[in-house]
Amino acid sequence: MKLLVCVSQTPDTTTKIKFANGDTEFDKNGVQFIMNPYDEWYALVRALELKEQAGGSVTLFHVGPKTNETVIRKGLAIGADNAVRVDAEASSAMFTSKQIAAYAKSEGYDMVLMGKETIDYNGSEVGAMTAEMLEMPFISYGTKMEVAGNTATIDRDIEGGVETIEVDTPFVLSCAKGMAEQRIPNMRGIMMAKRKPITVIPAVDAADNVKVTKYEYPAAKTGVKLIDPENMEELVNLLHNEAKVI
Amino acid sequence: MAVLVFAESLSGSIKKAAIEAVTYGNLTAKAMGTECIALTIGTSSGAEALGQYGAAKVYNVAASDDFDAQAYAAVISDAAAQLGADTVVFAHSSSGKSLAGRLAVRMNAGLVTSVISVPEGGNFSVKKGVFSGKGFATYEISSVNKVVTIAGNTFPPEIVGSDVAVETLSVTVPASRVTVKSKSTVDGVVPLPEAELVVSAGRGMKGPENWGIIEEMAGILGATTACSRPVADVHWRPHHEHVGQTGVAIRPTLYIAIGISGAIQHLAGVNQSKVIVVINKDPEAPFFKAADYGVVGDLFDVVPKLNEALKKFKESQN
Ligand SMILES: Cc1cc2nc3c(=O)[nH]c(=O)nc-3n(C[C@H](O)[C@H](O)[C@H](O)COP(=O)(O)OP(=O)(O)OC[C@H]3O[C@@H](n4cnc5c(N)ncnc54)[C@H](O)[C@@H]3O)c2cc1C
Ligand SMILES: Nc1ncnc2c1ncn2[C@@H]1O[C@H](COP(=O)(O)O)[C@@H](O)[C@H]1O
Repeated sequence: MKLLVCVSQTPDTTTKIKFANGDTEFDKNGVQFIMNPYDEWYALVRALELKEQAGGSVTLFHVGPKTNETVIRKGLAIGADNAVRVDAEASSAMFTSKQIAAYAKSEGYDMVLMGKETIDYNGSEVGAMTAEMLEMPFISYGTKMEVAGNTATIDRDIEGGVETIEVDTPFVLSCAKGMAEQRIPNMRGIMMAKRKPITVIPAVDAADNVKVTKYEYPAAKTGVKLIDPENMEELVNLLHNEAKVI
Repeated sequence: MAVLVFAESLSGSIKKAAIEAVTYGNLTAKAMGTECIALTIGTSSGAEALGQYGAAKVYNVAASDDFDAQAYAAVISDAAAQLGADTVVFAHSSSGKSLAGRLAVRMNAGLVTSVISVPEGGNFSVKKGVFSGKGFATYEISSVNKVVTIAGNTFPPEIVGSDVAVETLSVTVPASRVTVKSKSTVDGVVPLPEAELVVSAGRGMKGPENWGIIEEMAGILGATTACSRPVADVHWRPHHEHVGQTGVAIRPTLYIAIGISGAIQHLAGVNQSKVIVVINKDPEAPFFKAADYGVVGDLFDVVPKLNEALKKFKESQN
């Protein structure tokens, strides 16, 4: 199986988020960046498992500047064979998808794997866009996948349940919890990653048609109102009369 | 140029998320001085009622009920062309998210997902939560065509009209390359992403055998149950109940968190709830900082008392 795994870089969940320039920009200063968890734990690991099972190759694909190569190296240390980096800022989902599609179009991948969303802008956009550009089926929020020959059976999350589908390769899949178990890179992997190739390619032209004009912080909670554990009637009363939620 | 809303169904009936999407579509159409059209695909009972929520017209395309993003996206973009729509609205649901990106490509449209505001100003500006609830961003879409998905539980349905007759729209449906083998959803419960009231519990419960009091509370309130990640990881509760950064992100009006510490990864999925109630025996639990109402106490003592009080309240309401 020839597999392409798209990985993005995102601020760590525990990082404090700050905005700059009159709240028109996200302030990257002091922010800890990580590989997007869904890409790392689920898409990449499931791809590696498939390769271990059936042979083939796992290529990482990333749109981002050279500074992001730490994230790519981590993916190589976990076990990907090689990587391709488009040397440009991923300025929008449309831009990113065009880069992925332009590269993947002629490469004959059996699957293009992604995470279900990036945890920064929580977009869930790139998978569907890329699939449309590649004219491939898109299976979103996969939680389990078995492959026999060129047919995959996939469980995907739907509201309050699961749907099981069957699809032939090639297709685009976005991965969620359940798809695989996180792997921690070991020393040997880290050493080998240093020698694995990262091919750098220029971006294809793609215009952005959305842009952020303003950021805001969420309104601070005014402080918790504590209720006497012996007086649950009071809590019910507050939920009904003050909060008006029941 | 009209606003087209894809009104999705589950098991053949119009979903609550579809009604919210039509509500949003109508508000958007008004802001843009145009009309809102609803599109249904396959079996969609209850579609005529979309007129009540602001759809000037409701169309149905005869097609398989088995969802395939590729085929459905082709149908919706053909319908948008036929009906002269330049803006397409989806729910931020599993189907909506799978379709929106495809539509954006087909229509060469700017896309913003999970929006929480109606477009404002001469430009198409909409707001959404970013960085897992740690901020909001206002996006401007500059292209002629626009696609949005809307966050759940954000645009409360309002009756502004009356039923409209569902018309058939003739669109070629491409053959599906995906076969749906089976579909299982919990019956009789509002799915978590759509739920307005959520009762959630964590490791403080000690074991799955103690969940009776949680289910009882959910039953009294008509709420949906949820859980923290470790609880789903050890299979005390089903995987689909897991909320947080790695699980489902929700925006209910009421979130009751019982025996959950309130780790940042948990908060990432629930901090957009309108009202948060925390029950925890540890006054230092981080969740209290994100809560509106808190009870410091042993859940095995507090929850049964709260259930009694809720029962009494519900009876007094009838
Ligand atoms: C990358 C990453 C992603 C993650 N994603 C998620 C996610 O999506 N969702 C998620 O939930 N977690 C997630 N986690 C885990 C998260 O960090 C916490 O470990 C988890 O949320 C803790 O679950 P908990 O609150 O149920 O358990 P604990 O942290 O063990 O807390 C139990 C709480 O119950 C209270 N308690 C105990 N007994 C009682 C009693 N008798 N009465 C009242 N209160 C009692 C305790 O005081 C404590 O506050 C993630 C972690 C990482 C690293
Ligand atoms: N800059 C990027 N480079 C490569 N892949 C990306 C990039 N951004 C997003 N992706 C992929 O697209 C998925 C969905 O991202 P998003 O649409 O931003 O939520 C991610 O989980 C990645 O797999």
